[in-house]
Amino acid sequence: MRVNITVNGILYQREIPCDTMLLDFVRQCGFMSVKRGCDTGNCGLCTVWVEDVPVLSCSYPAARADGKRVTTLEGVQEEAESLGRCMARQGAEQCGYCSPGFIMAVLAMARELDNPTDEEIAHYLEGNLCRCTGYASQMRAIRAWMKERRGEGEP
Amino acid sequence: MKLVNKAIPKLDSGALTAGKGVYTDDIAPSDCLVVKVLRSPHAFARIRESRKEAACKVPGVVCILTWQDVPKIRYTLAGQSYPEPSPYDRYILEQTVRYVGDPVAIVAGVDEACVERAIKLLRVDYEVFTPVLDFEQALDNPVVIHQEEDYFNHFDIGGAPARNLVASGCEGEGDVEGELKKCDVVLDRTYYTKANAQAMMETFRTYTYLDYNGRLNVVTSTQVPFHCRRTVARALGLPMTAVRVIKPRIGGGFGAKQTLVSELFPALVTMRTGRPAKIVYTRQETFQASNSRHQMRVRVRVGAMRDGTVRAVDMHALSNAGAYGEHASTTVGLVGHKSIPLYAKAAAFRFSYDVVYTNTMAAGAFRGYGATQGCFALESAINELAWELKMDPAQLRLQNIPRPGEEMPAYYHEPLSSSKLEECIRRGMELIGWEKKYPGGPISKGKARGVGMAITMQGSGISGVDTASATVKLNDDGYYTLMIGATDMGTGCDTILAQMAAETLNCPLERITVDGVDTDHSPFDTGSYASSTTYVTGNAVIKACKELLEQIVAEGARRLKIEPEQAEFDGEQVFDRLQPARAMTLSRLAQDLVVGEGTRWLTATASHCSPTSPPPLMAGFAEVEVDLETGECQVTDYVGVVDCGTVVNKNLARVQTEGGIAQGIGMALYEDVQYNGQGQMLNHSFLQYKIPCRTDLPEIRVDFRESYEPNGPFGAKSIGEVVINTPAPAVVQAVFNATGIWVRSLPITPEKLLMGLEKLHGKCQRDAV
Ligand code: FES
Ligand code: FES
Repeated sequence: MRVNITVNGILYQREIPCDTMLLDFVRQCGFMSVKRGCDTGNCGLCTVWVEDVPVLSCSYPAARADGKRVTTLEGVQEEAESLGRCMARQGAEQCGYCSPGFIMAVLAMARELDNPTDEEIAHYLEGNLCRCTGYASQMRAIRAWMKERRGEGEP
Repeated sequence: MKLVNKAIPKLDSGALTAGKGVYTDDIAPSDCLVVKVLRSPHAFARIRESRKEAACKVPGVVCILTWQDVPKIRYTLAGQSYPEPSPYDRYILEQTVRYVGDPVAIVAGVDEACVERAIKLLRVDYEVFTPVLDFEQALDNPVVIHQEEDYFNHFDIGGAPARNLVASGCEGEGDVEGELKKCDVVLDRTYYTKANAQAMMETFRTYTYLDYNGRLNVVTSTQVPFHCRRTVARALGLPMTAVRVIKPRIGGGFGAKQTLVSELFPALVTMRTGRPAKIVYTRQETFQASNSRHQMRVRVRVGAMRDGTVRAVDMHALSNAGAYGEHASTTVGLVGHKSIPLYAKAAAFRFSYDVVYTNTMAAGAFRGYGATQGCFALESAINELAWELKMDPAQLRLQNIPRPGEEMPAYYHEPLSSSKLEECIRRGMELIGWEKKYPGGPISKGKARGVGMAITMQGSGISGVDTASATVKLNDDGYYTLMIGATDMGTGCDTILAQMAAETLNCPLERITVDGVDTDHSPFDTGSYASSTTYVTGNAVIKACKELLEQIVAEGARRLKIEPEQAEFDGEQVFDRLQPARAMTLSRLAQDLVVGEGTRWLTATASHCSPTSPPPLMAGFAEVEVDLETGECQVTDYVGVVDCGTVVNKNLARVQTEGGIAQGIGMALYEDVQYNGQGQMLNHSFLQYKIPCRTDLPEIRVDFRESYEPNGPFGAKSIGEVVINTPAPAVVQAVFNATGIWVRSLPITPEKLLMGLEKLHGKCQRDAV
């Protein structure tokens, strides 16, 4: 089938098998930030946005994104930069394999929730697994980043 | 120190947090053949016939290989130094399959769809045998798993394949039975640990191609590039010169990638077809057909005097190697070697072990490497001992641990060259609020709380074996390239080694670029395992940098026309000590060294191998809350205090510790690779095999008590593995203190606790499950 999908502002018109998942589609377009960590929709590594809403691209058929706007980490580099810096300061990207999906989820959360509590953060990000960090450094990074965005922390 | 002992972001943090395509599958060429493996559905069988005609006809399929098509060369997949202590008990494909998941056929084609269709069309006829699934029934079972005639060991590891025995051994000192008789209290307990999946987020993957010289290039997510080169060459019957291994960024390993898992399949396809080939393991394959932590049963007999002095320790471990013997004798060794030495006052100790084959997935390396299982067993026994003696378990430790400088008979009689373990214990007690919270009990009608603790040690590299080399080059503009063969797998070793180099060369970090790993140009390194990188490779880096410094001074002096002794280098310029104004900048010197007469491109290489393996030490404290109605257990607080010597990078050491503790809590509460009666793995997805997610964990608290290791680089020891060991015994004790139930078989599931509570209410006293 033929799809028209806009990824990070660029329109991709492609002929694809109808069972193609969005994850494979965006990687074939060259957006390598999007990772696969499981076969069962449990890890969150593949998180991208469709029309600004976070979805698991491993279980989202590319056909469903036809005519829609898809955003991957490559498309929000500026917005993600300060969060990335806060993560680096905490060592919250260890192997870094879960980082793109995590960052996409955190940015979406920041758009959705105003001043979330630690508990709200943990629940929002529950589906984003990380085997390296034990999550504590990620929490410290998020807190520092949110503080910075409120203009309280050092840039 | 300017750079060592600081919190410095990882060198690759910019790329990683920007989502750059830096991992194996991101950089694989798009014209790679897709490789997949047909796997055995039976736990033990012999292939009568495999018919591939129909599969071969699928358009796009390029190559199908079965057992008849592979070299008949035995090898081990264990990434260990040659001669490996693991048996050579594998073929790439074999007529006999020994576990559900063993490879049966390799299929390569132009895309995934055609390869999958071909796999469905392969017809394999099996003669199915009764498998040996229970590791306690494996020894001397009439069913013999390895009957091949070309089974091979480099040296005796106490194995007897006809008995399903991979390895066995016994060591010790003193009269254990005699000492036990003299003890006031003797405990005899048996503990069980389960197979755990390393579950790194990036599954196994490799791509291969032939370069313009016809050499096989293997780009792979590995912890052991040099061992990988050797084993790929051996298994394919190629000379080592014909193989090059490249390691890009890695999405985690935790030991799983210290075994070759995915490399040989695309390598063989590339050799047969001449075309680039790639394999990416699914999560299910990663669970089902790779390697895991060794499942163990550990019996502990420990004797002590009324005053709490531990007098004798006797441990026996039965370890489940699974279908193949990778890392079998070495992991089990650590069960005793890294647990008993902490009770250095014992007048006698003994440690014996048997490792057996079963028809389950082969075990391998997982962070902790046997020390984790040993720590669980011995520390649990010590906790039970403290309860019997009515002593505070923390005090019991303080009373028995070796002091700095004290000899540890059970650790090759090495003296404890550096230790702040006592401070670690005291600091941990303070942070968790031990005095107030120990032991614990019901807090409301349906809930109970308790605290528990454990101590542990690991090593820093394998003494006398692990070898690292480092090369440092002065480039033409006065910056340096540090070349290492150690593999950063997210651990940050590129960064910490650059910190050490910059510290030694007295320059900013920005002036060092780190290059690794490509076996064609990286200096030899055994790889990143056994907690060796900071300690072993770190020392090699310092040596190489010091050599380069000498060369810089000598060359500078020559140009200043003075004796080298009169010259000094401050990191920026070489100057005359007597007339400091007479100087030559480094960048000027560097330019000078590569152009015109008298050029000498400066580079220094050094190697390091340590005769000792100084132990990093740690104390872990857990607080749990148990729901007495549902049996659910939540770790509500965890404190880890670590002595890893000098902390080279405060951020990275902290995150290593937090991550290790999280994995340890997973092991304590959930993680258990399970099989059904036919040997099929039951939990091969994150849906069924639970690893901790962020709502399962408390915000883990970490602190350091830094000793100074005299043999370590800038006083450092290791940190990578020691951090995973304490949670299992500490959480088990906390659960006991909350509920009165000793869980001696991991993991601590709600069912076990409910069963225990039921039994307890019947008998109204403390009980065990
Ligand atoms: S790849 Fe795991 S949730 Fe999508
Ligand atoms: S940093 Fe490795 S999985 Fe999260």
